[in-house]
Amino acid sequence: MRAREARPRAAPRYVSEPKKPSLLSDTDFTPVLSRSALRYRKMRDRVIELLLLAAGLIAVFTTLAIVAILLIESSAFFKHVSIVEFLTDTMWTPLFADAHYGILPLVAGTLTTTVVALLVAVPIGTLIAIYLSEFAPTKVRETVKPILELLGAVPTVVYGYFALTMVTPALQRLIPDLPGFNMLSAGLVIGLMIVPYVSSLSEDAMRSVPRYMREGSYAMGATRLQTALHVVVPGAFSGLAAAFILGISRAVGETMVVAIAAGMQPNFTFDPREPAATITAYIVQVSLGDLPHGSIGYQSIFAAGLVLMLMTLVFNVIGYSLTRRFREAY
Amino acid sequence: MLDSSTLARAQSAGQSREEQPLANEQSTSAVADDEARAAGPRISISVDETRKSRTLKVKAAVENLNFYYGQHRALKNLSIPIADKQVTALIGPSGCGKSTFLRCFNRMHDLQPGTRYEGSITLYPDNLNLVGPGIDPIEVRMRIGMVFQKPNPFPKSIFENVAYGLRLRGVRNRATLAEEVEKALRGAALWDEVKDRLQDSALALSGGQMQRLCIARALATKPEILLFDEPTSALDPIATAKIEELISTLRDQVTVLIVTHNMQQAARVSDYTAFMYLGEIIEFDEAAKIFTNPSKKATEDYITGRYG
Ligand SMILES: Nc1ncnc2c1ncn2[C@@H]1O[C@H](COP(=O)(O)OP(=O)(O)O)[C@@H](O)[C@H]1O
Ligand SMILES: [Mg+2]
Repeated sequence: MRAREARPRAAPRYVSEPKKPSLLSDTDFTPVLSRSALRYRKMRDRVIELLLLAAGLIAVFTTLAIVAILLIESSAFFKHVSIVEFLTDTMWTPLFADAHYGILPLVAGTLTTTVVALLVAVPIGTLIAIYLSEFAPTKVRETVKPILELLGAVPTVVYGYFALTMVTPALQRLIPDLPGFNMLSAGLVIGLMIVPYVSSLSEDAMRSVPRYMREGSYAMGATRLQTALHVVVPGAFSGLAAAFILGISRAVGETMVVAIAAGMQPNFTFDPREPAATITAYIVQVSLGDLPHGSIGYQSIFAAGLVLMLMTLVFNVIGYSLTRRFREAY
Repeated sequence: MLDSSTLARAQSAGQSREEQPLANEQSTSAVADDEARAAGPRISISVDETRKSRTLKVKAAVENLNFYYGQHRALKNLSIPIADKQVTALIGPSGCGKSTFLRCFNRMHDLQPGTRYEGSITLYPDNLNLVGPGIDPIEVRMRIGMVFQKPNPFPKSIFENVAYGLRLRGVRNRATLAEEVEKALRGAALWDEVKDRLQDSALALSGGQMQRLCIARALATKPEILLFDEPTSALDPIATAKIEELISTLRDQVTVLIVTHNMQQAARVSDYTAFMYLGEIIEFDEAAKIFTNPSKKATEDYITGRYG
């Protein structure tokens, strides 16, 4: 009651200044900003622009700094070791008395585990993505996707011991003389580990293929499977390529699983049944030891790191050019 | 049953005994011989201003068609005949159910859960109820083609786009494919523009070319009915004119059902026109009649632009 009475009393305040009928004459602010206000706005914009630029530059500088450190430390390394030896010697034993500095064994180990991983991750990841995107009822998709993404949150150490203590023994039943450390087991588990990444990104790519494109295929009399394989997959090509490239980058850069399950013996072979070390496994192995700064063993990890970076770069360039070539028009 | 007004006209227009239109199977089954049965029902059309009539075969008869999106009844008791090798246009304000109706013919709604058809769309001459529960939607789509509002070529080469339906139907022979693709592209008035770049991506074509490619893609499989859902609404006037001309020439080969919100277009290309409003067919008649002398007030308001 009180409030209701109070309102009419307060009302006259608002009507005390009668409004003029015209909208234009009613303005109580200057329509054009004063010069100082304009200057202030310009300055403010400039400052914000610079801040944004700085934020962007931090990322660029960090990358450049990493590259610079890699190059500087590696150049120290290459004062002792010729590039020819580095690229052609088939032994990598920087910590031995009889030191060899051939990167090939580490590259071979990295490529082998990566290929094994991709042989697992690409088909399984793509199949899961096709199923989730084209076949699964909404309910199933909503349940399965988070579970898959949860798999990606499992620490890689866990995967490493999973490979060593479960996958390897299982494989040894199939291949009796398989060593306890081998790249096959490590590669398979890395593959499983990156399935969620590949499937999640692939599914996003396939679901972004517009509905009218699918309808065009169904209207021609195609089944769901035919539509998925002949229209959706080609339509999502650049997204799929990106998913695979990301998978490769993950596999190449994966450290714990290979360090735990593949052994840490540099071994120039492409046979996945053999034990071997990858570039990352070597880096972590040396970093864990107490090599003095400036020693050649210490510098060798930067040379190895440089190679790792170049490999990832090459894959990314390939992926980028692939997506460019197959870019969809929508 | 067919729309009663149509039938009445059809009946009175029937010139001779053998041209007498048949309403539908049920009403004539007692007297019709097997031949008439096989021929299916007929519909009359006036060929000039004097309304001199000839009878035409009916390609499909829509009878008491209801369609539901879940609980929402989007189509209400539709009944019209679709004349064989003629262009039938569906007009009406946005949201009145034109696309919904069109998509019943090729069972596109089956892709969406919770949709339901009632009634029948009988395809002649084989008396197949397209929306019957026992009919495989894929079989229906194999026989009835569709062109969409937005040109939707596949991310493949021009050649593979046109060959798509043939491949789905198991054609593997390269020579046959090449021959049929050329025929379809010629049929869609696109051959001369693309014959030197059949292996290029279809996505590099212009909008109008893409839409003609989609028509070629549909034509390649020799559909019995070709459905168009506002095929020119995403195109410029010149591309639109080409498509309209094409639709007029397609009449000789295929039964066309076209949705358009463009009245001039409906008047230009169609032989028969149905005016829809709120899920119902308000009026169905020869296009000439609908656009010059509609019998319903609502139709007149709509075509003269007085609607909304
Ligand atoms: N996929 C759908 N799910 C549910 N309702 C729909 C769907 N598509 C259309 N409708 C509804 O059906 C009615 C008819 O729509 P539509 O056939 O698209 O109209 P038109 O093509 O004449 O513009 C509208 O009320 C619309 O909201
Ligand atoms: Mg529509």
